[in-house]
Amino acid sequence: MNVSAVFSWLQRLRTWWVILKISLEERLVYRGDFMLGTLMRFLPIITQIFLWNAVFQAAGKSTIVGYQFRDVVAYYLLTMVSRAFSSMPGLASGIALQIRSGEVKKFLVQPVDMLTFLLAGRVAHKLAYYSVAVLPFALVFFVCRGYFNGVPPVDVLVAYVLALVMGFLLGFFLESCIGLIGFWFLEVSSLLFVYMLLSFFLSGHMFPLDLLPHPWNRVVDFLPLKYVAYFPAAVFLGKVPRELLWRELAIEAAWIVVFIVLGRLMWRAGVNRYSGYGG
Amino acid sequence: MANLWRVYLRVFLTFAANSLVRDMSFRANFLIQCISSTSWAVMNLGFYLIIFVHVDEIGPQTGWGKYEFFVFLGTTWIVNSLVQTLFMPNMHEFSELIRTGNLDFALLKPIDTQFLISFQRIEWSSLANALLGVVVVAVGMHQLMTRPEHPLPLSAVTIALYLFYILCGVTILYSLMISLASTSIWLGRNQTLYDFWFYITNFSRYPMEMYRHGWGVVLWGFFTFVVPVLLVINIPARVLARPLYPDPSVAWPLAAFTLVATVGSLIVSRAIFCRAIGSYRSASS
Repeated sequence: MNVSAVFSWLQRLRTWWVILKISLEERLVYRGDFMLGTLMRFLPIITQIFLWNAVFQAAGKSTIVGYQFRDVVAYYLLTMVSRAFSSMPGLASGIALQIRSGEVKKFLVQPVDMLTFLLAGRVAHKLAYYSVAVLPFALVFFVCRGYFNGVPPVDVLVAYVLALVMGFLLGFFLESCIGLIGFWFLEVSSLLFVYMLLSFFLSGHMFPLDLLPHPWNRVVDFLPLKYVAYFPAAVFLGKVPRELLWRELAIEAAWIVVFIVLGRLMWRAGVNRYSGYGG
Repeated sequence: MANLWRVYLRVFLTFAANSLVRDMSFRANFLIQCISSTSWAVMNLGFYLIIFVHVDEIGPQTGWGKYEFFVFLGTTWIVNSLVQTLFMPNMHEFSELIRTGNLDFALLKPIDTQFLISFQRIEWSSLANALLGVVVVAVGMHQLMTRPEHPLPLSAVTIALYLFYILCGVTILYSLMISLASTSIWLGRNQTLYDFWFYITNFSRYPMEMYRHGWGVVLWGFFTFVVPVLLVINIPARVLARPLYPDPSVAWPLAAFTLVATVGSLIVSRAIFCRAIGSYRSASS
């Protein structure tokens, strides 16, 4: 590697460092407001605890499709963690807006790839988020520790961390593909809404997917959506059989590759038909 | 006095007509909004249908079986959609007015300020959920009235009471909303308060029996007697579906209390609003 290549890498790292710092500072301006907001996000879990308690009492048995009452509560808490990794607020709509407003032109002239740039920004954004959100999360999990059966074994834990990180990547590339549809439709917000709706229901954010009656539980198995909320939580709770763990992770990796490639193709095709009118 | 009422009614109707004209000029958007809000509701129904695959009622011996719960869920949509239609865009606008200092102009108008900022805009598309709610309530009631044992009686009085308690519910939620929005005069920024609104009303969406054990009693007491959001949906739904029929003794004391709570929250919210307006200092303009 010659000197200029090293230099250019250093430059790139510095750019990312600056993006990271700015994102962090942005986050920390309203840290009180932010921590309070994060804590409040757990409030619906309280009603879920009561709801499921009522459901389990009425059911008159201790497990429903293999979930005890405690497992369901733990599941909801864990999906909060999954979503903290995989949710990408403003990503797709931001991409579509840049296409519509013509801001996307800057990526055509500058030697920066848009998706890479956005990914770097998103990583920074998430790191900044966790650095503050870890406190309310730790507090809630400490208070609710009774709903968990202790820490899972090491290999499950490793798979869990992998599932979270890959959930982040899958969420990013999937939503950026939706944003790139903006090259064809000027307004993607209603499409995005449909996606959010389906995702809320089919990713397991709303309830453990195992509860779905027969044909549907097979259908969600074949969709990538389950990896953004259900899968990491299910791994942590030991709902995924150990022998299937790595196969599932491999399928998730394949989905990520699918959306990376799809995103590249869409970007190429989109730029080809893009015409940058106006300033 | 009657004259004053007529003036306010006419102003309100003008607001309603203007909003409708505005909504109708973007018809596709209107349709999309209707569809999107109803699809959230349908998804919610799906969630409960899945729960009812596994159990017969929510909470043992509470009587909230599948079709009683249909009535409950439909009532939730009706109440929430009325609040969203009438007040949600206005409250959002209110905090914008405070932030930008444009509240000055509202204060100058020769009409009650609270009336003006509460009713200025009506979001007709949110009514779609109320229609869906009526359908679900009707389906639930039909099932309850034609079931083989203890078919549920339905009289004109029951329907009148149901509609009345829905109004009470909307009033309580409105009072809570305007109180929260008023605080942005002191706080400036109130993004979290809006989340807060969502999370507080979240407690109202479940049958109240759910909270009646363990430390849930504290929550039940708080959301019944201090911030009475638990009455908003529970009381009308209970009046209509009578989950414990034929035992009518449970609901009535709470129904009577709901009246007190409605009047009380209206008075308190008016007081908060007036205090807030009193400390309004305008913004740079």
